[in-house]
Amino acid sequence: MESISATIIHALSLLLTGDAELWTIIGISFSISTTAILIAAGPAILCGFFLAYTEFPGRRLLISLFNTLLAVPAVVVGLTFYILLSRQGPLGDWKLLFTQTAMVLGQIALCFPLLVAMSHAAFQAVDKRAWETARTIGANPFQAFFMILREVRFGVFGALVAGYGRIIAEVGASMMLGGNILHYTRNIPTAIVLETSKGELAQGIALGMVLIVLSFILITTLHYLQGKGRVE
Amino acid sequence: MRMITLLLSLLLPLTPISVVHAEEILRLATTTSTDNSGLIKYLFPEFEKQSGYKVHVIAVGTGKALRMGRDGDVDVLLVHAPKAENTFVDEGYGVKRIPVMYNDFVLVGPKNDPAKIAGAATLPTALKKIADSKQAFISRGDDSGTHKKELSLWTAADVKPGGKWYREAGQGMGKVLQIAGEMDAYTITDRGTWLAFQEKSPLTIVFEGDKQLFNPYSIIAINPEKHADLNHKGSAALINWITSKETQKRIGAFKLHGQQLFTPNSTATKTSTMLEKLN
Repeated sequence: MESISATIIHALSLLLTGDAELWTIIGISFSISTTAILIAAGPAILCGFFLAYTEFPGRRLLISLFNTLLAVPAVVVGLTFYILLSRQGPLGDWKLLFTQTAMVLGQIALCFPLLVAMSHAAFQAVDKRAWETARTIGANPFQAFFMILREVRFGVFGALVAGYGRIIAEVGASMMLGGNILHYTRNIPTAIVLETSKGELAQGIALGMVLIVLSFILITTLHYLQGKGRVE
Repeated sequence: MRMITLLLSLLLPLTPISVVHAEEILRLATTTSTDNSGLIKYLFPEFEKQSGYKVHVIAVGTGKALRMGRDGDVDVLLVHAPKAENTFVDEGYGVKRIPVMYNDFVLVGPKNDPAKIAGAATLPTALKKIADSKQAFISRGDDSGTHKKELSLWTAADVKPGGKWYREAGQGMGKVLQIAGEMDAYTITDRGTWLAFQEKSPLTIVFEGDKQLFNPYSIIAINPEKHADLNHKGSAALINWITSKETQKRIGAFKLHGQQLFTPNSTATKTSTMLEKLN
């Protein structure tokens, strides 16, 4: 067993030497999770908006439902989609199991409830009169929606960051739906599991560090694009 | 608004994220032992180059691999649980079991050998000694080929494993070797994974060489009669290739820490009838 310091040094050297295999894994991770969050974001934010600004029977129940789904483990989401997408399952004809698309679907399902719940909370904080005011000054529903979205952009941004964090680091669903296929569905978390099981702890730690560093860069960049992030 | 349009325009090219022609991809479910030892990585690029197929390797326990085959989620299997494989073929899910190679299982344990099995004459005696002294034993517990083997060995030794000393990990071979190492426990492992691990492990081989520890690997194509729309051409090509003289020679030449991992044992003639069936 390597000592901890030796493992970390080995990990750093792997990163700095720009190992091609490592970077393929990183690329897969980020392209899949980015696709998933981009697809989920629009509908989820709209959902959050409707839950906050409209009144219909079962609305509160739906809110509780989305909040409950936050607690569903990723492996359960993975298993559900596995059963659906397997050749023997109802969607078997799509032949999606063990593809990147299956991973994207799983990750959409994972981040959707989180995006809805958090954007709903953000929208809820805005006075309903904002909507009425916007409408009376002549904004159509679309324009009014975007005016409010602008008001709550920090909350929605927080939702996106949290959702991204959940799926980029998620291993259960990716492993089941992607199958951890090299150069195709092996992403950072599944690679960490594999390397650890092989006893290659340095590889695992290197991948873990990449995940942290790249997530930090991505989120910081978004944050700067977003605004100052403090109360004026 | 601009942001949203931007997001939406990003989405369009992304949706068909992986349009790969199904015909070119060959899905192989195999065991962690062939993948973790590095054999697949050593062997398969050559097949991909020669055949033009892209092989997607899914490494799981043999139980899960057989299940994937039964459901038609993969095209071909490279596994090591003869009994379960026979059932699989008898039930009509697989075309035929075709031998590819073999190695053996070994019993590993702490260097000071607290159950004193190093001198045991037979495998059943060795296992009995572990059970009698109640020394910790880690079982795979995951319905893998190794797990199935281990259970059959306990039966042969007339021991019903259970109690505090017998622990089911439910994980892959590498993980189980790590657990056994941390807990000073005994376990059964295939020699391939052991060779890959021995340098990092505080354990040592305490028993080997019994013919009951024989570990044959075979390749099985999924029956077209059960799942017509799989890549049957690809699996026939892979079987043809893996049982060919050259590949068999390469399997024999694969070494880890200077030791041979697998002994090839296919006889190409055996496979010709089934290949006709597939083509």
